[in-house]
Amino acid sequence: MSSLPTTLESINTDHRSRSDARHDAWFRWLLKGCALLVLAALLGAALSTLWGGREVLFGQGLHFLTTAEWNPVTDTYGALAPVFGTLVTSLIALVLAVPVSFGIALFLTEIAPAWLRGPVSSAIELLASIPSIIYGMWGLFVFVPFIARIEPALSATLGHIPLVGPLFQGPPIGLGLLTAGIVLAVMILPFICAVMREVFQTVPTRLKESAYALGSTTWEVVWDIVLPYTRSAVIGGIFLGLGRALGETMAVTFVLGNSYDITGSLLMPGTSISSSIANEFNEAVGTHRSALIALGFLLFVVTFVVLLVARLMLRRLSRREGR
Amino acid sequence: MTPRHITPGHRNKLRLLALATSLALGIGAAHATDITGAGSSFVYPVISKWSAAYAEKTGNRVNYQSIGSGGGIAQIKAGTVDFGASDMPLDEATLAKFGLGQFPDVIGGIVPAYNVPGIAPGKLVLDGSVLAKIFLGQISNWSDPAIAALNPGIALPASKITVVHRSDGSGTTFNFTNYLSKVDAAWKAKVGEGTAVSWPVGIGGKGNEGVSAYVKQISNSIGYVEYAYASQNKLGYARMKNSAGQVVQPDAASFQAAASTADWSHAKNFNLLMTNAPGTDAWPITATSWVIMFKQPKNVANSKVALDFFKWAYTNGQQQAAALDYVPLPESLVKQIEGYWKAEFK
Repeated sequence: MSSLPTTLESINTDHRSRSDARHDAWFRWLLKGCALLVLAALLGAALSTLWGGREVLFGQGLHFLTTAEWNPVTDTYGALAPVFGTLVTSLIALVLAVPVSFGIALFLTEIAPAWLRGPVSSAIELLASIPSIIYGMWGLFVFVPFIARIEPALSATLGHIPLVGPLFQGPPIGLGLLTAGIVLAVMILPFICAVMREVFQTVPTRLKESAYALGSTTWEVVWDIVLPYTRSAVIGGIFLGLGRALGETMAVTFVLGNSYDITGSLLMPGTSISSSIANEFNEAVGTHRSALIALGFLLFVVTFVVLLVARLMLRRLSRREGR
Repeated sequence: MTPRHITPGHRNKLRLLALATSLALGIGAAHATDITGAGSSFVYPVISKWSAAYAEKTGNRVNYQSIGSGGGIAQIKAGTVDFGASDMPLDEATLAKFGLGQFPDVIGGIVPAYNVPGIAPGKLVLDGSVLAKIFLGQISNWSDPAIAALNPGIALPASKITVVHRSDGSGTTFNFTNYLSKVDAAWKAKVGEGTAVSWPVGIGGKGNEGVSAYVKQISNSIGYVEYAYASQNKLGYARMKNSAGQVVQPDAASFQAAASTADWSHAKNFNLLMTNAPGTDAWPITATSWVIMFKQPKNVANSKVALDFFKWAYTNGQQQAAALDYVPLPESLVKQIEGYWKAEFK
């Protein structure tokens, strides 16, 4: 009588542990599948763009990467102008957006009174959720006429400074690399800012208050305490924004001017990889289509290289800190 | 065909299913009254207007997807739609290879649109070679003697010209560059013709609306748009000196004159671009798009409905076309098309 429940119990637990192990195995496979799915999607997208663009990538090879002539009539394609436009507009966007988002994030975490933090934070989140086509329309109908009006002044003042002067000389049409860069800056600002604000909040109050107690100014606390503590996350946020800037399509198409030129002036029109694809894909056949898909593959590569550089930078930073 | 007790939701699902099957298998939907077409975005507004009026009259529906001419050609070649529409005619070899036939559907005009302070719409006169030189960048100032010679009595500003072109591939660009190639040897040699070309100068706007917006915003600019966009956006449009040496105004009459004076009778399968048409009243940059269909379709019933739809549109669709600033085909051309149907289509 006494042995029966024990055996039953032992059978039960044995059964349970076996079924548990089975469930665990299933669950592990499921999770592994989810993770592998991402890899498979990434690899699939990369390979299919490589395959779709093979005619141009392998047929024209280096010529595609090193020339700037884009001529659908004669079927000669060079990707230099779109790559140049993509990198330059993204760089302008970063140069403008990073300091401003840094300032906003610091203001919100260190200086702003509590009642102001909520509204400004939600305003930033709202800014992040605006679709890019809206930015494009705002850029085209509001911002372009505005910048066209101040461009002559820009050329007259900044245009005469040695070295950087040529960057600001050009016809005052309002469209161009600078305009696209500024619109992109507005678009990526909320992303960078949101990340910075989050991580600045994680800095222990103890550290900051100790620094204040030692007589530090707010700037010293920020530069010597907050920033070193959050450096890698801040850089991560910046590259999140950069990723968005590199791939942004509609807003850029509206304000960039869409001409296949590499110019020394930021006021001149240019083109970007994604806007070239969006513009021409609809009516492209044969080699032209292949060239556009090859451009897509190039965007993959450019983004990958940029992220790789970011990783290397982070690693070098942490090594220098002796971690 | 659909039973009455089926709810609208069901019916929509059925219709989707039918559409999906017809797209996937290239055979007609369960009921022969829904036909599908795809292609040129140039004709999309007028075809959707026509299809609404036609459905009211006959109960037959025309589903048209504006996916671009290249896509339309690919879809009809694959047999996934009942008709394709393209801004570029197919050549003899391609038509024969796939057993396709083609005919024009509606006419539209392309106009040079400008924004020059002090020059009212319709005041500026240009000709083909000056237009080509402007778009080549050889004429870069509004006070250029070549422009002044065409416009005696107009005070042209000594301002730099900003050229605006399409950034997307389009039938408008194809017809415009075809015209410039016909009238200017330098253009033909340096740039050529195509839905997208390598522009020597200027900035690119996406779509007719993009070019209109740029021309409107940028002083001393010139671009080219479909006539409807110039008239609706109140842009300055230029008058053109045509191949007969006459200065003509862009309007329904001059577009139709181009269509009726173009030499269709010698163009097999209507493979003819109407640019630089010879008539004295003809607008030089007049365009059409072509409907492309199988001569011996797998689904005869659908094909019949499609032909009937275009026949109806030629005779009853003028109003809808005119409201959208398109021009119906002239009667002589419609006669030729109907003859072509009888001879070629089964």
